Amino acid sequence: MANTINVSINGFPVELEKGKTILEAAGKLGITIPTLCYHKDLCVAGNCRVCVVEVVGQARLSASCATPCEEGMEILTNSLKVRNSRKHIIELLLAEHNADCTKCYRNGNCELQKLSSEYKIMTQEFIELAPLKKYSIDMFSPSIIKDDSKCIRCQRCVRTCAELQGVNALTVAHKGDKMRITTFFEKAMRDVVCTNCGQCVNHCPTGALVEKNYIEEVWEAIANPIKHVVVQTAPAVRIGLGEELGLPPGSRVTGQMVSALKRLGFDSVLDTDFTADLTIMEEGTELLTRLKKVLVDHDETVKLPMATSCSPGWIKYIEHMYPQYLDNLSTCKSPQQMFGALVKTYYAKARNIDPENIVSVSIMPCTAKKFEAYRPEMHDSGFRDVDYVLTTRELAILIKQAGLDFNKLEPAKFDRLMGDSTGAGVIFGATGGVMEAALRTAYELVTGREVPFKNLNIEPVRGMEGIRETSIKIENPLKEWAFLDGVELKCAVAHGLVNAKTVMDTVKSGTSNYHFIEFMACPGGCLGGGGQPIPTSPEIRKKRAEAIYAEDGALTIRKSHENPEVQKLYRDFLKHPLSEVSHHLLHTKYTKRERY
Amino acid sequence: MAIANQLKRVDFIFNNENDWEKVLSSSIKKKPQDLINELISSELKGRGGAGFPTGIKWKLAAEAKNDSKYIICNADEGEPGTFKDREILSKVPYKVLTAMAICGYITGAKEGFIYLRGEYKFLQTELQKAIDEFQYYCKEIKFDFSITIFMGSGAYICGEETALMESMEGKRGEPRNKPPFPTQNGYLDKPTVINNVETLVHTFTIFKYGAKKFYDLGVQYSRGTKLFSVSGDTPKPGIYELELGMSLQDFVYEFGDGDTKAVQVGGASGFLVPRKKFKDAAIGFKGKLTGISLPTGGSMMLFNSSRSMYNVLDNYLEFFREESCGQCTPCRVGCQQLLLGIKAVKRGEKPASYLEKLLRLTETMQLTAKCGLGQSVANSFSSIVENFQEEMIY
Ligand SMILES: Cc1cc2nc3c(=O)[nH]c(=O)nc-3n(C[C@H](O)[C@H](O)[C@H](O)COP(=O)(O)O)c2cc1C
Ligand code: SF4
Ligand code: SF4
Ligand code: SF4
Ligand code: SF4
Ligand code: FES
Repeated sequence: MANTINVSINGFPVELEKGKTILEAAGKLGITIPTLCYHKDLCVAGNCRVCVVEVVGQARLSASCATPCEEGMEILTNSLKVRNSRKHIIELLLAEHNADCTKCYRNGNCELQKLSSEYKIMTQEFIELAPLKKYSIDMFSPSIIKDDSKCIRCQRCVRTCAELQGVNALTVAHKGDKMRITTFFEKAMRDVVCTNCGQCVNHCPTGALVEKNYIEEVWEAIANPIKHVVVQTAPAVRIGLGEELGLPPGSRVTGQMVSALKRLGFDSVLDTDFTADLTIMEEGTELLTRLKKVLVDHDETVKLPMATSCSPGWIKYIEHMYPQYLDNLSTCKSPQQMFGALVKTYYAKARNIDPENIVSVSIMPCTAKKFEAYRPEMHDSGFRDVDYVLTTRELAILIKQAGLDFNKLEPAKFDRLMGDSTGAGVIFGATGGVMEAALRTAYELVTGREVPFKNLNIEPVRGMEGIRETSIKIENPLKEWAFLDGVELKCAVAHGLVNAKTVMDTVKSGTSNYHFIEFMACPGGCLGGGGQPIPTSPEIRKKRAEAIYAEDGALTIRKSHENPEVQKLYRDFLKHPLSEVSHHLLHTKYTKRERY
Repeated sequence: MAIANQLKRVDFIFNNENDWEKVLSSSIKKKPQDLINELISSELKGRGGAGFPTGIKWKLAAEAKNDSKYIICNADEGEPGTFKDREILSKVPYKVLTAMAICGYITGAKEGFIYLRGEYKFLQTELQKAIDEFQYYCKEIKFDFSITIFMGSGAYICGEETALMESMEGKRGEPRNKPPFPTQNGYLDKPTVINNVETLVHTFTIFKYGAKKFYDLGVQYSRGTKLFSVSGDTPKPGIYELELGMSLQDFVYEFGDGDTKAVQVGGASGFLVPRKKFKDAAIGFKGKLTGISLPTGGSMMLFNSSRSMYNVLDNYLEFFREESCGQCTPCRVGCQQLLLGIKAVKRGEKPASYLEKLLRLTETMQLTAKCGLGQSVANSFSSIVENFQEEMIY
């Protein structure tokens, strides 16, 4: 066949499609070639050189990640020449590296450590360069720590920030021995366009980029008898956490997670899904209100399309890159921050606890949420609304430190108040989920009928395509929404900031006419967030997405407006969506930021 | 490889009969295939680095299917001590422009670029004048080919062809993976011919006189002439056009100061040849046979007995440590290790046997580095360490 070629690897023949690399060919035979700079999400760099292999007849070794197979190639992945070279390269990397593994955040999940363990690098025969270098460590960001002494200069972070996120906050500077990864003008991460999305953290093979952790602070709060420590868990955590604890990607561990949190000593284990549903109520109403103001009142101060605002990475991105479109953002806070504001008001009152003594912790798949909680405007309860944000990875650390045998835990249920959730809240964790949840509610609100999709599954907005579009025609609306009769509601979904940029550029140039756009900073949405388990890949994210939709399908209540606790919240406290109390606690404003 | 009988000075390159218009107009009347065959039969090899057969390169680009293709003249000339390309561009720029245009005709490229070394900015005005006149003539004969000067960024690595293209595209000058080669995926991912300034002038000679005149000079595998930048301990430094294949013995006889201890052939990435090997060393391509390599930029540096070979190596390694682009592990860290390593041996902090370890490291660098820079550090390192081991230790 013309489209396949034959090569041999270590003497074994393999037939494969034209254009595949040696690395892929080896994978097909079940042979793992070590890699460092290679990542399935990114373009090939070919700079670490640990993946070199011998092609018989060629004088030099080839980087298998970057070399396409050619007909008849005889490839050796483990010849003496290959082994010796590879060992040299690992030794060289370690010579430049502050290899103090016991004091490293990535100890135990580090690609460099794994490789040097596999190759049994027991001594350093070369000269230690790390002590001679003036490596710096940037700890100013509330989300991310950048430690140059752990960096192997694979540029995965640089490619991530450019290719997946289109932010280009990280760059390579200098050459030769001084070459390093830095930011524009070598400023601190907190002072540049960085969105805190954490994708670079998720794609870094070593401990050079890690989340700023708040593990000790949370243990201290739990140990403090005066404090009432409340924890909320985001939708994507329950389908990711298992990976950190030895389960395969796509494992649904909601019940064990709740059970673990209770054993860790949190006083109340609650669900961010609850405020995800609340977000739908507020944001859906906001969208309908905007539509009315534009279509009926012709109010030019009201902007369409309306963009979602639950992804804080996206928020910081638009603040830097498209500050003239801040009025297009929904004024709704993210579910995390709505939750925080309610915990120290509504919940405190209902449970009769002094809000001053409440410590509000959230478990998020996200590093940008750490920054979000720290924003000065997020104090609407009169206190800091969310005190500590932990990533999915940090929660796994808590569980391990507490010595819990996760798999043996009896599943438990979320506490009340604010522990009820619907399928609509759960799917917030996947790209397209906010859109789907919003449409389930808005359509029904307007027409009195369910969305016209089988089993409420709005398939066109699901999937991993970078940008997806759908439109729903509104027919026979209820009387008060008569002005929407015949309106085709045009919606788009974008995930990964590079796709957000594409969509925003169509908004800017006037070549699209969307009414409503969902933006998520991370590839796959929150399930692929910067705080989720490492590694990540398209296949892993697909499994997580399947788990999210399975979780939704398994719930009896799948529409936000049917969440009984949300209904109660409106009855007892908020009155109605966009009420004065809502405005005060659940909505926010945005800040124009410079690009450089 | 054969060794030519004696040192022969030639004057092809700077000899200027101002007939470029004729060469251009007559060449573009010929069939591209015939021109390619002429070039292939001359056995001209690139004068900028790897010595790739120029005819084959042009043929590959001509066969590549694409609407846009580009021709680049590599005038980055970063090798310390060489300035032959500068001389060519200031003395016979029309030959270079003509060769680029003929290459465009052959390959179907309509646009050419001269990537001019940042330090050569002073050449820009004159060169632009020449380009303007050249374009005027092209218009007259209704030949569509434009040439633009692109000012280089200053880093040595940007002379490497793919780093050069990255830099032209506004990115950081880092070499790309090969394959794909520039003739398939070059500038802006389009088929691109990139040649050294001197290579292009030789094609001019070949199109003007035919391949035979060029082929008859030199020896097997190394046909024609080459410009050499002679420097170091010599009474007559300068640029000389010499027939390829000469023996180093003859060269030293001509250029040495009577006390030549060693010659570095091909600059920092070339080889050091000690006196006892002058006789057997021929200067040309396919050098492995006689223990000597291609003359890359054509730098020939002579050292007399007052020179410390340790210092020479130290200088080269410092150069590589700084000029490595830094992206790949073996080169970035390897260069630092080699430099600190020889210092440590010299100071007695590491045993003499550590040099063996470093030699093995240069083998790894040669085998695994991503581009020619890292791959060729082994050349000077091993030829100096192996021939002057004592100077390294004491
Ligand atoms: C580190 C490095 C620097 C180089 N610098 C130059 C240069 O300054 N000028 C040049 O013509 N070629 C240079 N080259 C070689 C080019 O990559 C390329 O091989 C050459 O331009 C091809 O032209 P040729 O076939 O005419 O030799 C360099 C190569 C390397 C690896
Ligand atoms: S980055 Fe990896 S190898 Fe380096 S200290 Fe941390 S765990 Fe160890
Ligand atoms: S956190 Fe996101 S935006 Fe910031 S540097 Fe990393 S990838 Fe780029
Ligand atoms: S910070 Fe991490 S991802 Fe970036 S270059 Fe360093 S090791 Fe690679
Ligand atoms: S060999 Fe050196 S110069 Fe070439 S790509 Fe690697 S680091 Fe850069
Ligand atoms: S994984 Fe192939 S060069 Fe880094």
